[in-house]
Amino acid sequence: MKRRKITGDILTYIFLLGMSASCLLPFFWMVRSSLMKLSQIFIMPPVWLPNPVRFDNYAKALTVLPFNQYFLNTVIIVVGGVSGTIITSAICAFAFARLRWPGRDFVFGAILTSMMLPYAVTLIPTFIGWRLLNAIDSFYPLIVPAWFGGGVFNIFLLRQFYRTIPMDLDEAALIDGAGYMRIFTQIIMPLTRPAMVVVGLFSFMYYWNDFLGPLVYLNSDKNFTLSLGLQLFRGMYNAQWELMMAASTVVIAPVLIVFLLGQKYFIEGIAMTGMKG
Amino acid sequence: MRTKKEAIAGWLFAMPVVLGFIIFTLGPMLASLVLSFTDYRVLIQPKFVGFDNYTNLFSGLDPFFYKSLLVTSYYVVLSVPAQLIFAFSIALIMNRDIKFRALFRSIYYLPSIVPAVAISMIWLWLLNPDLGLVNSLLKSAGLPTSLWIFSEKTVIPSLVFMSLWTTGGTMVIFLAGLQGIPRHLYEAVEIDGGNSLQSFTHVTLPMMSPTIFFNLVMGFIGGFQSFTSAYIMTQGGPNNASLFYVFYLYREAFTFQKMGSASAIAWVLFVIISILTVLVFRSSNMWVYYEGEAKN
Repeated sequence: MKRRKITGDILTYIFLLGMSASCLLPFFWMVRSSLMKLSQIFIMPPVWLPNPVRFDNYAKALTVLPFNQYFLNTVIIVVGGVSGTIITSAICAFAFARLRWPGRDFVFGAILTSMMLPYAVTLIPTFIGWRLLNAIDSFYPLIVPAWFGGGVFNIFLLRQFYRTIPMDLDEAALIDGAGYMRIFTQIIMPLTRPAMVVVGLFSFMYYWNDFLGPLVYLNSDKNFTLSLGLQLFRGMYNAQWELMMAASTVVIAPVLIVFLLGQKYFIEGIAMTGMKG
Repeated sequence: MRTKKEAIAGWLFAMPVVLGFIIFTLGPMLASLVLSFTDYRVLIQPKFVGFDNYTNLFSGLDPFFYKSLLVTSYYVVLSVPAQLIFAFSIALIMNRDIKFRALFRSIYYLPSIVPAVAISMIWLWLLNPDLGLVNSLLKSAGLPTSLWIFSEKTVIPSLVFMSLWTTGGTMVIFLAGLQGIPRHLYEAVEIDGGNSLQSFTHVTLPMMSPTIFFNLVMGFIGGFQSFTSAYIMTQGGPNNASLFYVFYLYREAFTFQKMGSASAIAWVLFVIISILTVLVFRSSNMWVYYEGEAKN
């Protein structure tokens, strides 16, 4: 019986390690290819480690297109989107979690249902609307929606957190003469900082990785985001894998760093959202 | 007095999302419905054409409509169960009494954070038929190689295979659900002399059914809206074999500038997803177990 358990354990670890290897291999392969000479990439069967290591590929990949401009554009969109998301989703979640008002549950239900709405349905009229406002090829269509509630998903997530705080706190503050804004900023927000971090990280990922939005709204080269730039790069350097992989590595690196710093929050946040929706 | 003040505060605090809902969801939805009955290109005034856009689609006048529906359904039918089973199996194994669980969990989640464009680039390279790592590994193991995304037959299965790399998020959700199942339920099965298969079918599956249900619904809604991999890796090809529905819609709207018929295409998608969601919700009574219900 005991031996069977040990064999089971060994098989489990072999499986887990094998899966980890498969998850990480594509990353390794990307970095490995990004440091090679093209001629070495073409050797068959493939060489596993680059020799010589060519950091020049990065310098070259980053100068053929204005990647620092793309980086800056992406940062502007991310900062605008993430701050709007955090601030307005927290405000709205407060209304749904802590305040009683007529129509609350109906409104919340309607908003939740819109989570199932395919974005394709609203995409075209929204685009036409922004065109009427002459805002095509600007960052407004990508940032402004974040300031209107910041996505149902985030409101839902924060509402779950807010509801775990005892209502007595609000009552006591009201008796002491505090207004709702003060309850929100001085009681609820400080108590739920980790939840705000979760929302911030998720929306960072969302804005950093978004492709369809920038693709639809940004046309001129100088306004491109990193994702769009990478796509443009692919069109220009189709067979130059070492440059394409170097550019991909650069685009991935920031998200990777953010993930490594905040992984605890990520995992908790994901696990929270998947519970009884 | 206080309730009135509270009601006003409630509406005020909820105002951003209420406005956002009207401006960015409800309004565009209705506008899209109206547009779907018009012929609207960039330089022409929208012209009312009745059901023409819809009849063009369903009569097969536009050959890409049925093709893209077929391709997308094929992808959804293949990818959603594959992703769920894959993520669930890994979560089950992770739920055993293992060391370094947090580390493994982070590693498996890692690919899900990569930007879609970069994912497409990496896999274009890995699946390259002549120089890619996947074919080289297959070759050295003496297995047959494949054209992957470059052949009509294998393009969709390849994209499904690729999508398994990013199921870490679903796995984390499943694992959290598994760890939330109370121990005493398993102990009860043991006391009654049940084996591990019975505790799986009588405890694990029923307790996990709401989570599975949630991921199933989100999975097929997401699957029907796949776009980026088709746009970057295949451009819908070869020979339209990966013409995803949203890619087809995007092309109609933003390449051919036919906003009217693109709106009709969007509404057909909306109706399909709604019907499917209703069907899944109906069926959920039969197989989804909610703990709260038993107590009532």
